[in-house]
Amino acid sequence: MTWDKIGSRIAGGDRFAGMFATRRGDGQLVLSAQVTAPDGIDTLEKILPAGAAGYPALTRTVCAAFWYERVIHDSFGVIPDGHPRLVPLILPGEPVPRHVTGYGVFTIPHGPVRSGVLESIEYLVETPGEAIPHLNMRVFYKHRGIADRYPGMTLADGVLLAEHTEGIASVAHALAFCHAAERIAGCEPPPAAALIRVLHAELERIANHLDVAVRLADAAGLAVATARFALHKERVLRLVSGLCGSRFGRGVVVPGGVSAMPRLTPAQILTGIGRLQKPVTADAAALMATSSFLDRLRGTGPLTCERARQHGALGPIGKAAGFADDARLARPYDAYPLLAVPPLRPHTAGDALARLRVRWEEVDQSFGLIRQVADQLSERPVEPGRVPCDVTSGRATGWAEAPQGEVLYDLSVAGDRIAWCVPRSASFHNLVLMHEVFAGDILTDFPFIEASFGLSVAGAAL
Amino acid sequence: VSIWVARGLRDGVVTTRWPARPDAYAGSWQGPVVVAEADASTDAGCPTGAIAAGRVDQGKCILCGRCVARRPDVFAWSAGPATPVHVRQQLIMPAETDEAVEEARRRLAQRTAVLRRSVHIRHVDAGSDGSEEWEIQALLGPVYDVQRLGIFLTASPRHADVLLVTGAGAPGMASSLRTTYDGMPDPKVVIAAGTDAISGGLLSGAHSGIGDIVPVDIWLPVAPPTPFCLLGALLVAVGRLAGEGRGTR
Repeated sequence: MTWDKIGSRIAGGDRFAGMFATRRGDGQLVLSAQVTAPDGIDTLEKILPAGAAGYPALTRTVCAAFWYERVIHDSFGVIPDGHPRLVPLILPGEPVPRHVTGYGVFTIPHGPVRSGVLESIEYLVETPGEAIPHLNMRVFYKHRGIADRYPGMTLADGVLLAEHTEGIASVAHALAFCHAAERIAGCEPPPAAALIRVLHAELERIANHLDVAVRLADAAGLAVATARFALHKERVLRLVSGLCGSRFGRGVVVPGGVSAMPRLTPAQILTGIGRLQKPVTADAAALMATSSFLDRLRGTGPLTCERARQHGALGPIGKAAGFADDARLARPYDAYPLLAVPPLRPHTAGDALARLRVRWEEVDQSFGLIRQVADQLSERPVEPGRVPCDVTSGRATGWAEAPQGEVLYDLSVAGDRIAWCVPRSASFHNLVLMHEVFAGDILTDFPFIEASFGLSVAGAAL
Repeated sequence: VSIWVARGLRDGVVTTRWPARPDAYAGSWQGPVVVAEADASTDAGCPTGAIAAGRVDQGKCILCGRCVARRPDVFAWSAGPATPVHVRQQLIMPAETDEAVEEARRRLAQRTAVLRRSVHIRHVDAGSDGSEEWEIQALLGPVYDVQRLGIFLTASPRHADVLLVTGAGAPGMASSLRTTYDGMPDPKVVIAAGTDAISGGLLSGAHSGIGDIVPVDIWLPVAPPTPFCLLGALLVAVGRLAGEGRGTR
């Protein structure tokens, strides 16, 4: 598939999913763009000869490549000609020039060390005092160079690093990594393992969505609601630790299946879920009936449906703006094809309120999926949790739907060692959209908009 | 508003009494790996290089459990949750507790004697994976509720007594971390929270933790530390818990 087709593929309705570069042994730099296809993810390549200074920027035709090409420029120095704003993104750079000028306009720097227990990122809020005509983001502070650590690793070590890439979506990252490895090896996890993977992925989704509820309720000053959702989140993490010994489901997903059977029986899982679901649903209903809270979210941080589709907005952000491309449904994996995933209601408002509504519907979905998983697990005979996943060489793309949206891993293996592995988190893909949602919003809306995005800086800065 | 009054009363008191009373969940955790039987030649396959020459560096252990699965005759989980230590070398098992440890403990106790029952914390993320922040946020929730112990989180370094640092020490955060440290008044205590902050963990090829950026007083292993581990480290840091599982004071 040739590089020049990207523009027409995107125009034809496929989604631009990601872009990265890899340096090959002979000095060539290979650009890879990931585009959705009906049955998976296509990778379109362009080879730049050794010493090439630049190439025509993809951003000119596919604007979603805006941040991706900046990262490639940061990492390899190659210049995308015609890129509208080629300043460092994941490396420290010059101070950002002010975008909005005029009498009384000033910049409020939020970060990198911010008020509260938050990940390090700097938001530069340009404001005449109340409105936010422009927002800049500097995400380089906690850039850890994850992709540089992969070459030479074994697959068993690689999945551990995937879990530590975006810690609050450990399971989704491990799944995407293992799906790539399993695609290369041509193996399938046993049915029980596929169910256990879904169990952990959905518990992770519930915990993440509850975390967003905590932050939104906290921003609105609803002390009881904040405490209630924090309690529910803690109970979810305790259920996860009861299942596997880690509060973040780490060590569960391994290439070829899962490392062990859950430490709780299906009946105990159902009991635990039953204890959670009723109070979570009741508190969510109470929150969505608290008018002082809804007033803060309605119309706040709206993303237009057109921009969501154009950018390929992932996860709840896309779904709230009428663009739903859920990997669990569109490109199903593990046990999802065997489970009934009830469809979400269509949303088009694109604001913080719609994003929260999507999350509550997803929480309902997840509870339903976990019940189905527990039922099916109880009917299965005891069987091994994994099959051998022997990989000698090859390359594949793996995906999984994290709470933030689709996670992609491009994995290449040579001689049972990883040649390269490039993760692409939903947080990175979606964070750039925060530039565009401050239509008429004011400073006090900022915490709501940030919380409603529900992204992880670790996943964005990598 | 009236809905929330009723909802808030539903579950009664959910807050732990730890450390005054034992808590079943706090005690249910495995700690980092220890060497059960010295065997210098064992290939443990450790992904972070924590195991070398028959010794385990718990400051590098991410609790993946590979060594225990591979050689259960040589390696074992340490009983009970991870405990914070005062000197980095104490994490290298089997530990040789010596006068330097006692000295470090005594000096920290002297410095923090003035803090006692009002402690303010400034948290800084120096390149974490994000899960550590969740566990610290949990301390503010109804279950752990650090405020019952006179511990508060503060936005300003000027008000802070304890610097709680997470993350592998990403270069981009070095100067911000140092500025935060310099902005704090004396006496100040620095906690390296988690394996990443101690040694870089899985990223140890590129990052070596935060010990090179700010002077660390308390080292708290495991990735990520659970809220109970964090709570223990905070209490040890200000001399209200003896550390190394010696009980409350």
